[in-house]
Amino acid sequence: MSDTIKLTYNISAEDFTRAGEASSDVKSKLKKMGISPDAVRKVSIAMYEGEINMVIHADGGKIDVEISPKDITMILADKGPGIKDIEQAMQAGFSTAPDKVRSLGFGAGMGLPNMKKYSDDMKIETEIGVGTTVTMKVNF
Amino acid sequence: MTVNDIKNLLEAEVLSGEEHLDREVHTACGSDMMSDVLAFVKDQSVLLTGLCNPQAVRTAEMLDIVCIVFVRGKMPDDSIIELAKERDIVLLSTGMRMFPACGILYTNGLRGGADN
Repeated sequence: MSDTIKLTYNISAEDFTRAGEASSDVKSKLKKMGISPDAVRKVSIAMYEGEINMVIHADGGKIDVEISPKDITMILADKGPGIKDIEQAMQAGFSTAPDKVRSLGFGAGMGLPNMKKYSDDMKIETEIGVGTTVTMKVNF
Repeated sequence: MTVNDIKNLLEAEVLSGEEHLDREVHTACGSDMMSDVLAFVKDQSVLLTGLCNPQAVRTAEMLDIVCIVFVRGKMPDDSIIELAKERDIVLLSTGMRMFPACGILYTNGLRGGADN
């Protein structure tokens, strides 16, 4: 297990223009490691959507990334409002994002569906008023 | 089609990535919603958008999009142009609206980037 790389990113919600920096960093690291472009793309999209979600809905949070020779695990933890109905939130097009977010190019209700689509395994743990933790895995 | 062809067809101004105009583009996507772009775009695409913020460049970065065309004469600020330069993404700006811009590229052989 000595080959496992662990990274932690603190996601700030104060500056929307910076959202995506963590995903960008992970993407460039995976590219340098020679991971297949297809897997890099899947990780980039899934993590970027998750990062955006944390900024939009949860006032930021923390992302832990573990890269092994076989796969990558991304754990996105926030102390946001929690998700009331996960099944509904997973439906393409369903969004609770405010209009302000839509003017920034997000809030189309594709965030969670995209994260599911591009990860090989996704788990959501959420509690109202406590926060949400999304764990995503992509195999190399 | 190359990025340079797109520039000429859309009478666009090059804002960054002048050195990458010879890059090949296979598909295109026109949207102001970045999540829709993230859901559907394929390889070596060009993104046409009216969204003029850093997230347009970030989205392009995640998808390895080679070129962003800002439609309706939108002009990104210096920080956006700088971000695109760092990521080797060509930025173009055209006065055309989204529909005719997409139509011209489609008529000239470029197709959609959707999976389905």
